Amino acid sequence: MGLTLQFVPYAEIETLSSLGRIRKLLNAVKEDKIVLLEGRLRKEEETELIKTTMEEINAEFKGIELAVIYPESRNFAFFRKMKQQFINMLLGDRQGLTIVGPASVVKEIKKDPNKIQLFTSDTKKRAKPKKSKDKGK
Amino acid sequence: MIKIFKKFIKKIFKDIFRKKKQLKIGLYGPPNGGKTTLANKICMDWLGEEMGLTSNIAHETREIQVKERINVKKDSNELSFSLVDTPGIATKIDYEEFLKKGLSESEAKRRAKEATKGVIDAIKWLDSMDVVLVVLDSTKDPYSQVNITIIGNLAARNIPVLIIGNKTDLKRAKLKTVKSAFPQYDVVGISAKKGTNMEEFYEQLFKIAG
Repeated sequence: MGLTLQFVPYAEIETLSSLGRIRKLLNAVKEDKIVLLEGRLRKEEETELIKTTMEEINAEFKGIELAVIYPESRNFAFFRKMKQQFINMLLGDRQGLTIVGPASVVKEIKKDPNKIQLFTSDTKKRAKPKKSKDKGK
Repeated sequence: MIKIFKKFIKKIFKDIFRKKKQLKIGLYGPPNGGKTTLANKICMDWLGEEMGLTSNIAHETREIQVKERINVKKDSNELSFSLVDTPGIATKIDYEEFLKKGLSESEAKRRAKEATKGVIDAIKWLDSMDVVLVVLDSTKDPYSQVNITIIGNLAARNIPVLIIGNKTDLKRAKLKTVKSAFPQYDVVGISAKKGTNMEEFYEQLFKIAG
């Protein structure tokens, strides 16, 4: 089965309400697409996304895998941090990338500060091949 | 007579609302991090009774549990609070995972349904917490988005956070990784099951909630 990645530019969610943003992401995920959203949701929207996901879990929809890659701002100078926060407040947080995929397709998203690994059902199986017991040979 | 009765009722209501609100300390985190084990340890230490059941199967706690009036004493200081144990927060719940753990299909489906409701309740309760202890399994990857989302949300709501790196008794525990994942927070490593490093835990608790 092929994977479908859908890129969503921030401009597409910019004018939507929180509920609208969550709906847009969840609708795509429920069509078995892996969504790559430019930037990130607000913190309370991320929690709301988890809550809405839980409300919609059923026999077909098992939930989501979620990861946000965000540039490290720890080492930024104070004024640069402030400037960035001000821009985020006015225009929304366009930095980084949010990945949301259906749990039935994306088994795990592993993240550390320098890399991100996305395991689908198939790649997991490939990563841990079962030892064959060829007793007859 | 009626006047006296009215005055009496008024006084009672006034007294009730005048009473200082009890501090609420919430235990949050992903499933199977050891929230209930820690809640049990705290309750055993100060009340002499446990709070809830624990299990190796994820989502054992599916309802919010509250233990009121816990008084922790340290030297001459005293901290009184209500402890709120919450269901583990997850982004996915698949009943088939419970089947693998030996549950029957109906039990697994019921557990999954209750677990989803538990996550919703835990999120709803976030706002009413005064302090939150985020309990993480220190043998697991701390960079999971659920952890980051919970902690980010608490920061946005200005709720003080103490991160607990639990299960340090296990060989695979990597407390350093937990600390490096959340450098702006205090992290304390404990084993709630074995009761290791609880002294430091209570010290940090006083620091953040006292």
